[in-house]
Amino acid sequence: MDLVQMQKSLQDYTKSLFLEGILDSQFLQLQQLQDESNPDFVSQVVTLFFQDSDRILNDLSLSLGQQVVDFKKVDPHVHQLKGSSSSIGAQRVKNACVVFRNFCEQQNVEACHRCLQQVKQEYYLVRNRLETLFKLEQQIVASGGMIPAVELGF
Amino acid sequence: MEVCNCIEPQWPADELLMKYQYISDFFIAIAYFSIPLELIYFVKKSAVFPYRWVLVQFGAFIVLCGATHLINLWTFTTHSRTVALVMTTAKGLTAAVSCATALMLVHIIPDLLSVKTRELFLKNKAAELDREMGLIRTQEETGRHVRMLTHEIRSTLDRHTILKTTLVELGRTLALEECALWMPTRTGLELQLSYTLRQQHPVEYTVPIQLPVINQVFGTSRAVKISPNSPVARLRPVTGKYMLGEVVAVRVPLLHLSNFQINNWPELSTKRYALMVLMLPSDSARQWHVHELELVEVVADQVAVALSHAAILEESMRARDLLMEQNVALDLARREAETAIRARNDFLAVMNHEMRTPMHAIIALSSLLQETELTPEQRLMVETILKSSNLLATLMNDVLDLSRLEDGSLQLELGTFNLHTLFREILSLIKPIAVVKKLPITLNLAPDLPEFVVGDEKRLMQIILNIVGNAVKFSKQGSISVAALVTKSDTRAADFFVVPTGSHFYLRVKVKDSGAGINPQDIPKLFTKFAQTQSLATRSSGGSGLGLAISKRFVNLMEGNIWIESDGLGKGCTAIFDVKLGISEGSNESKQSGIPKVPAIPRHANFSGLKVLVMDENGVSRMVTKGLLVHLGCEVTTVSSNEECLRVVSQEHKVVFMDVCMPGVENYQIAIRIHEKFTKQRHQRPLLVALTGNTDKSTKEKCMSFGLDGVLLKPVSLDNMRDVLSDLLERRVLYEGM
Repeated sequence: MDLVQMQKSLQDYTKSLFLEGILDSQFLQLQQLQDESNPDFVSQVVTLFFQDSDRILNDLSLSLGQQVVDFKKVDPHVHQLKGSSSSIGAQRVKNACVVFRNFCEQQNVEACHRCLQQVKQEYYLVRNRLETLFKLEQQIVASGGMIPAVELGF
Repeated sequence: MEVCNCIEPQWPADELLMKYQYISDFFIAIAYFSIPLELIYFVKKSAVFPYRWVLVQFGAFIVLCGATHLINLWTFTTHSRTVALVMTTAKGLTAAVSCATALMLVHIIPDLLSVKTRELFLKNKAAELDREMGLIRTQEETGRHVRMLTHEIRSTLDRHTILKTTLVELGRTLALEECALWMPTRTGLELQLSYTLRQQHPVEYTVPIQLPVINQVFGTSRAVKISPNSPVARLRPVTGKYMLGEVVAVRVPLLHLSNFQINNWPELSTKRYALMVLMLPSDSARQWHVHELELVEVVADQVAVALSHAAILEESMRARDLLMEQNVALDLARREAETAIRARNDFLAVMNHEMRTPMHAIIALSSLLQETELTPEQRLMVETILKSSNLLATLMNDVLDLSRLEDGSLQLELGTFNLHTLFREILSLIKPIAVVKKLPITLNLAPDLPEFVVGDEKRLMQIILNIVGNAVKFSKQGSISVAALVTKSDTRAADFFVVPTGSHFYLRVKVKDSGAGINPQDIPKLFTKFAQTQSLATRSSGGSGLGLAISKRFVNLMEGNIWIESDGLGKGCTAIFDVKLGISEGSNESKQSGIPKVPAIPRHANFSGLKVLVMDENGVSRMVTKGLLVHLGCEVTTVSSNEECLRVVSQEHKVVFMDVCMPGVENYQIAIRIHEKFTKQRHQRPLLVALTGNTDKSTKEKCMSFGLDGVLLKPVSLDNMRDVLSDLLERRVLYEGM
């Protein structure tokens, strides 16, 4: 693909992520922090997010799978995930976490299970999309181009 | 024939004589027998008698003598041979014992005699000791009296009480009839009777001080016996008594504070003595004993000391009262001064506004009027009005400035500006006037003069304008030169050393004119307010005389110095001043505000190297926060737990960001613990900022109550963080990051 085309498609893709609400302005902030002295900032943060979230989701599955659910253990995990996702800008994940937390407080096991599913779904979605995004960026960089700054058109 | 074996007495019995001898022998025998009995009795009674053996011997001797005499009784009549035999035996034994006793006595009688001598000797000694003990006892009693007297005297600090007590106690101790104290009068020429023991003395009873008896007493520190008829002793009318008691007088030195030098004892060249006169009771045949005289002397000394103490105390009390009064007065004066200053400040503040408003109106309208159609006369009038009002406005500003300068309430407004431009501006302002007066002005800027400097542009301009304006004002002909350079060496003033430090330098401006010059004597007066040199020529040039004073104060505020040199009247003068200015980093500091590109941050410089600590349990948000801060130029340390945070935090960290999202109050404890850690070094405590997802009031209040300096809402945007950091560092508190 042509460099300009690649850049254009990257931009479109990124925009779509925002439009769909998968990512929010926080992600832009992250991108702003990336500069010459810190060229891989975003990918580092996002990778860390993935690792953390994988772990947390595992723990959540285990905790919720118990006979007697210990909500005191569940809540912190959800809180963590909510924090991480909001730092990244994974909006939908964060929202799902908020809902999850509410049900946790109510100690509604059924609803929590459902929320967990929801969170997982959103998480995998955002992970997929971000991985694609990075792939696109890598392609551009490999072709010798610059990753264009996202214009805040909205 | 019967042979009678009897023995015939030698002589025939003479009946009467025989009878007497018979009786005497009988008594002798009895006595002789009783003596040893008595001896034994008494010796047994006495515990100490070293010569028992002698007694025994003596006893035996006596017994035998007695026996002899007893047996003799039988020899008066015819007696048998047995009796004669017994008699002979007894006599023989007696002889033996008596010889032995006699021999023994030779040994012991000297001893016995010496015992007697010793006894006598001891008796004498005992008598002597008794006498001495009597003496000691009297002395001890005297001492006791002295101590008691001293105690009484020294237990009070009231002069009168001291003296009265002295007299009373002395009178009691020594059983005096009368005791009197004569004090020297103010003039020092007479002694006045001040205190007596028994009687109420008549007022104003004085004796001249030069009496021989008085001189005699004053000449020695000992108590002197004086005649009862001397004027000082004749206190009560003689009532026909036989013999007046002996009188003793002693001097009492009246010591002053100044008599007590540190190194030498007070020399009694003080010349001021009081006289104490003591009289023994008349008709008592008492004499003054040595110990009594000593007592009197000691008491006199003590009285002197007690009196001086009382005097010292009086003086110090007086001084203290005086000081207190002065204190009160000073306090009052200070309060009045403060009130006055406050009143003046209020007045100035009000007048400032009140005066300026009409002033502005006048100036503005006059200017407008100038623009309209006016006849030449009217124009002249309007111009005069304008000029006068401008002058008045300047004067008001000057006065206001000066009063603020004096209060110290004026502060320089620092900013970056172009020095070269400033000079050119000033020149262009002054040029018109100078041209009119035909005074060429030259400006000379040193090549090493920095272009962009930091300082108070407005005030600096004021100073330079004032000086250059003066130069122009007071010069009728010639030229004016303005030179600006960087100075490094010592300036003229001796107490002012110029040391260029790092990013500062000292600007020196020299304004030389060829005008009227100044008399060197007047130079100091130049900088005082409102003082003007009184030459007629200068009178007409107007001006309030405040300009130089204000300039001097501004120069001082800028840590500089200003002075004027002149070679004399008519020879022009040079005004020179140094001020401290800062060198600015670059030329694009203040004037530029480029469109900030997304990564470019105008205030980047502020945070470079700022050490911060980020505490967040969530790895992702920790990384994001760190990235933010690193991007802003901070040096970031991250920790992920409270304990680690406490371990790592130090005074190097200026800000600590802590995530307090976790439910519960444990997060806030860290704030308290950090406060505790830095209780001793308050000012080095890092600022504590909470990062939280909640923005409600209760969170904010909670943060404040735990001593956090600010709260930030997560997730933090870059701009937000930047603003927050600058605000925080400026104001050290931030509760608006919501």
